[in-house]
Amino acid sequence: MNIIFFLIGCSVFIALIFLVAFFWANRTGQHDDTYTPSVRILFDDEVEGEEKEETK
Amino acid sequence: MSKVNDLTINKKICYHCGDMAEDTTYMLDDRPFCCLGCQTVYQILNENNLGSYYRYNTHPGKSQKVQKEDLSYLDEPNIVAKLVDYQDDEMVIMTFYIPAIHCSSCIWLLEHLYKLHPAVKSSQVDFMKKQASITFDKKGISLKALVQLLHNIGYDPKITLQDVVKEGKKFNQKGLIAKITVAGFCFGNSMMISFPEYFGMAEFERQYAAFFGYMNLAFGILVLLYSASDYFKSAWYSLKQKQLNLDVPLALGIFVLFFRSAFEILTQTGAGFMDTLCSLVFFILIGKWVQQRTYYHISFERDYRSYFPVAVTVLEDGRERPTQIADLKVGDRILVRNNEIVPADAILWKGTASIDFSFVTGESRPIEKVLGEIVYAGGRQVGEAIEMEVVKPVSQSYLTKLWNNENFKVQEKKFDTFVGYISKYFTIGLLCIALSAAVFWLAGGNTERAWAAFTAVLIIACPCALALSSPFTLSAALSIFDKNKLYIKNTAAIEQMAAIDTVVFDKTGTISSPHVSTMHFEGELSTRDKSLIYSLCRNSNHPLSREIIKWLGECTVLPVTDYEEIVGQGQKGRFQNDEIKLGSATFVGTNKSPFEGSVVYIQVNEEIKGCFTLEQSWRKGLSEVVGKLSHCHYDLHLISGDNERRAESLRLIFPVQSELLFNQSPGDKLRRIGQWQQEGNKVCMLGDGLNDAGALREADLGIAVSDDINNFSPGCDAILDGEAFERLPRFFVFSKDAVKVIKMSFVISLMYNVIGLSFAVQGTMSPLFAAILMPISTVTIISFTSLTTRWYARRRKLI
Repeated sequence: MNIIFFLIGCSVFIALIFLVAFFWANRTGQHDDTYTPSVRILFDDEVEGEEKEETK
Repeated sequence: MSKVNDLTINKKICYHCGDMAEDTTYMLDDRPFCCLGCQTVYQILNENNLGSYYRYNTHPGKSQKVQKEDLSYLDEPNIVAKLVDYQDDEMVIMTFYIPAIHCSSCIWLLEHLYKLHPAVKSSQVDFMKKQASITFDKKGISLKALVQLLHNIGYDPKITLQDVVKEGKKFNQKGLIAKITVAGFCFGNSMMISFPEYFGMAEFERQYAAFFGYMNLAFGILVLLYSASDYFKSAWYSLKQKQLNLDVPLALGIFVLFFRSAFEILTQTGAGFMDTLCSLVFFILIGKWVQQRTYYHISFERDYRSYFPVAVTVLEDGRERPTQIADLKVGDRILVRNNEIVPADAILWKGTASIDFSFVTGESRPIEKVLGEIVYAGGRQVGEAIEMEVVKPVSQSYLTKLWNNENFKVQEKKFDTFVGYISKYFTIGLLCIALSAAVFWLAGGNTERAWAAFTAVLIIACPCALALSSPFTLSAALSIFDKNKLYIKNTAAIEQMAAIDTVVFDKTGTISSPHVSTMHFEGELSTRDKSLIYSLCRNSNHPLSREIIKWLGECTVLPVTDYEEIVGQGQKGRFQNDEIKLGSATFVGTNKSPFEGSVVYIQVNEEIKGCFTLEQSWRKGLSEVVGKLSHCHYDLHLISGDNERRAESLRLIFPVQSELLFNQSPGDKLRRIGQWQQEGNKVCMLGDGLNDAGALREADLGIAVSDDINNFSPGCDAILDGEAFERLPRFFVFSKDAVKVIKMSFVISLMYNVIGLSFAVQGTMSPLFAAILMPISTVTIISFTSLTTRWYARRRKLI
């Protein structure tokens, strides 16, 4: 049953990894702007080609 | 997407900004534009293959009819150094505040700036804050050229002195978030470790109990020392000032909870309440976080510095040199161009000054000044460039002196919130119950029970639910106000709003709207005259000309020759043998009429045909607002810097007992509000201009009314969008509802406390009981407050 100590150690360690990951994300400003990236991802890249056809 | 756009193009609607294109002189690629500005933006974007701007949204642009300002100060290295975020020999990073950002097209265009100019390396938009952070090559493009470029595509950055001063006002929530995260981490883990204890352990599993206990202790220490540290600090300050705020019983509860648990764990006498401690701290921290919600794009702390320009042109030995406002000295010769603001009290030396003080005094007509006269700061010059000599430094001028007033030195308005009021009695009551329980068991000779009962009372009565009721109710109310275009500075201001019994209005710009105005014509016009005026006004972009065109309706267009427009004066032209002049009294050469406000005289062949007057109309629903508020027993008053010319019509709208005060200086307004407060009233002031800034600050609740919330508005507790003016009575009623909800949830949390206390005083509280009661009471309070607040909002038709 000593495996319990090991398992609990593992679970707390994994939780700690997520805690540190959150701190890192927060410190590097990943939560500063929670809106703009959701719009930015929808922009198309290849609009230039189409645009030229249209303006003819 | 683009197909849909093409279909929706209306011949009469500007392709760029969606405004009505009144005449179709501006056409490009078969697309109509309302003005040259919009057409230029379209042209620039099209030439640079940025046409997709128009694909993401229909009419994404903003109207370009505004005049641009002089940007030469952006060439001064010492000013630039204060504006930029970072610069080295090559690269500059600068964050611009761009109020025009409003849709996804804006993001797209601003982030593709590098296509417009190769020296722009990258740009990133923060939509919520309406900011664009631009990295550019200093050698390739100067800051001035970059701002000019932004202006050309219709995204004027707002550069004000408050940016230059860049005080560290930005509230930092990151510390709080880190504390919540740690508390949440400990809460989850200690809950998991505590489960075996709650579900009961077989005899051979008992060996783990000590291990689980020590782990819990480790989590508890982390929460106590890191996450809960603010509560101990706050409780300590509060005790030092001989006050009892809500943090005192909270800190006491946390403290007792920790030490009783630590004692039990170390002596192996019990499991302790560490999971309850972690959940308690986690929930109250979330409550704190909810309360601290802030608006990114609205500033409530604006003062004259954000209204004044960054720099002014100083004349030195015949040379023009842009100088920062703060560096302006007495005796400096300054040049103020059309549409620029006079930054300091100054004597007029050269030129015809026609100063529009509408924002300072509420007086809507431009005042003409003669040479040698003192012009007070804050006025806007309309007409030709004038030369003036500064007589007082900026911070000492007539207008800015207001900010040296004592009112502006006090940081926060102090008033009693419901929770603040309750917590005094709560703490005292709590200590009484705890002590009497302890004394009761001690008298019975049961020392162990006395200790158990005393600590249990302090733990169970810890006002966690109470601490959450007000933040959750008020932040729900805040977001409902926000949806209805009333932007309130913080949650405490809502409680203050509920306490208001006197509402004071400013006149110009507050109850009258600058956007809704009506033209009146005095005199007679033939059809031919009308056509002449129509054809003349078509050439001008002046707002009054546009109003006149609207008033005239459809007329035949005549080819007018010899057209000339003199800025700030008027316009003239000729058709066949008729000479026509339109403009101010001095321009057409007549005596001033008794009418006030903006007056446009019409002169055809040296004969005065009459005059147009433009009067601001009352905001939509003014009489209903006044009627409903007085019905709800609010005292209503009017305090205006303007003269009494429309007192009669206001008398009809306002109830008989209201005071209508006119010709009030900014200082008078401030003092009058103070008088009402001394009479025991809770005063709410609604104003708009710099002249109301003092009164807004002095009042218990200052609401700035603004038609564009991104434009300048004076420092205040709340900003009301002009559109939402008619909802004002409902807002007041709803703020009272919100306070009602707080009181109801207080009763609920008291009920939980009574249940818990009945066990606690007997000294028979189990860790499991505490672990269940705490989250249940928290969840009840959170769901009750959010649901009831929304229910009230629906009842008041606010959602």
